[in-house]
Amino acid sequence: MKILVTVKRTIDANTKIRVMSDNSNVDLNNVKMALNPFCEIAVEEAVRMKEKGDASEVLVVSIGDKACQEQIRTALALGADRGIHVETEASIEPLNVAKILAKVVAEEQVSLVILGKQSIDADNNQTGQMLAALTNMPQGTFASEIQIHGDKVQVSREVDSGLQTVELAMPAVITTDLRLNEPRYASLPNIMKAKRKPLVMTTPAELGVDIKQHTQLLKVEAPAERQAGVKVASVAELIEKLKHEAKVI
Amino acid sequence: MATLIIAEHDNQSLKAVNLNLVNAASRIGGEVHLLVAGYGCQVVADSASKITGVGKVLLADSAVYEHQLAENMSQLIVDLAKDYSHLVAPATTMGKNIMPRVAALLDVAQISDVIRVDSDDTFARPIYAGNAIATVKSLDRIKVMTVRGSSFDGAAEQDLSVVIEVVDSVYDAGISNLIAEQVVQSERPELTAANVIVSGGRGMGNGENFSMLDEVADKLGAAVGASRAAVDAGFVPNDMQVGQTGKIVAPDLYIAVGISGAIQHLAGMKDSKVIVAINKDEEAPIFQVADYGLVTDLFVALPDLADKL
Ligand SMILES: Cc1cc2nc3c(=O)[nH]c(=O)nc-3n(C[C@H](O)[C@H](O)[C@H](O)COP(=O)(O)OP(=O)(O)OC[C@H]3O[C@@H](n4cnc5c(N)ncnc54)[C@H](O)[C@@H]3O)c2cc1C
Repeated sequence: MKILVTVKRTIDANTKIRVMSDNSNVDLNNVKMALNPFCEIAVEEAVRMKEKGDASEVLVVSIGDKACQEQIRTALALGADRGIHVETEASIEPLNVAKILAKVVAEEQVSLVILGKQSIDADNNQTGQMLAALTNMPQGTFASEIQIHGDKVQVSREVDSGLQTVELAMPAVITTDLRLNEPRYASLPNIMKAKRKPLVMTTPAELGVDIKQHTQLLKVEAPAERQAGVKVASVAELIEKLKHEAKVI
Repeated sequence: MATLIIAEHDNQSLKAVNLNLVNAASRIGGEVHLLVAGYGCQVVADSASKITGVGKVLLADSAVYEHQLAENMSQLIVDLAKDYSHLVAPATTMGKNIMPRVAALLDVAQISDVIRVDSDDTFARPIYAGNAIATVKSLDRIKVMTVRGSSFDGAAEQDLSVVIEVVDSVYDAGISNLIAEQVVQSERPELTAANVIVSGGRGMGNGENFSMLDEVADKLGAAVGASRAAVDAGFVPNDMQVGQTGKIVAPDLYIAVGISGAIQHLAGMKDSKVIVAINKDEEAPIFQVADYGLVTDLFVALPDLADKL
């Protein structure tokens, strides 16, 4: 069974971004970039499936400019076997990403696609579901546990009311939530080894995908800042303030 | 121009977030209809028909929609889409699961987590864990979007009810099944609908200690939430997580106890009206957003608070 994992280059989760002064976008100059945390969890899960014998090959794809090859190499160092880089501008809309992925899925005949549920930059939470729609695959979103049973996969999903387990006929699409696993660190030998693993490049045009614009970004603003308030000295003072000053209890 | 809202419900009751969505949809302009898709959910449609501002309720009542599986629901919604300019769902796990699938089938974009409606095609949404707000214009003929309930007031309910139209289409993609469900039962208000929330973080130490938060919550009629660290550590279930990747809340009062205030946590609660932080570390970032900060050991403060309230 072949698994396709998608990875995205995003800002590092610990960085706080700033909005550009002309409000055209966020300022990513000199910002530390990393593998999107949810994608990292996706890679880890696929690699564990291979180690367990559930999967034979883990293929990793990233869509973006040249820089995203760094994230493909990270995934290869974590244990993925082979990389595909689809070269585009740094960021394209989720529907276009899903269309590209659908082509890769068709070419590579994968049984399972594992994606992060969202990327921590645009916070869209769309690509996996869109890919599932375009390929007519079932979807197990926000996964906290995955079990393969023959040609079916069971996915426990984190939903607002608690947990839900669905059974999907493979090929299927899964998106990861935070508690699916704890990703390993790549060892130095594996980082070295990853440099020699195969990585091919292609383009949307080569895959037969026409990138279309569906939305236009008009402006990006900083959110309203909250002012730090006051420190209270005791529980009694806190209650007094909440009752008589804030009037919320 | 007309908007179809995909209703959030559990086949028994209509969730409060639908009221917020009706309000958001009324800002788009045009008629507002509500789709109740589920199984044995006539009562839900009945309550939906009493929301002020809703022109019509569509009821799709069939076993294939019981668990609102995305594979089946998306087909149904696409089928209904021809009569609408906007398809809107709450930014809940239901809406996030289904709507991108709908959008892709219609070959249009989805606009996620709308927090402001500027016009029928222009919307604001948070990006980068709420550290920036993007204003986005849709170029598509049909606008598919998820909306954050906490960013809009709720529409009113009235005695008068509008027409409920039955939708007969039954779509069963046959590729997915629900096999188990663990619904967390609670007597407390739902996190996303509560006026007061008391949340605990890693500082709570373990799950048992959350009973100290319960006691405070009981006094305030509050919901109880948690940080990711508290959920990851197994103190409390996942449905309690507040934050960028959990629930987004904006109550009148949010009390953060033993929570440091990471950007991902702030993303889920910084629009609360009043924020209280109880933390023994006076440098904790949570104090930068707190209206009232109490620097102390939570194990001393919580019993005192429960006692004095
Ligand atoms: C992709 C991604 C998504 C994330 N999504 C979320 C999310 O949705 N929600 C979320 O919450 N986090 C999220 N996180 C995690 C986030 O970055 C933080 O790790 C997390 O919020 C920390 O939780 P905490 O504040 O409970 O724990 P800590 O940061 O460990 O803070 C514990 C606090 O408790 C205080 N404390 C300890 N003991 C006591 C005591 N006895 N009395 C008083 N105070 C005490 C400490 O001073 C400290 O400030 C996400 C992270 C990533 C990378």
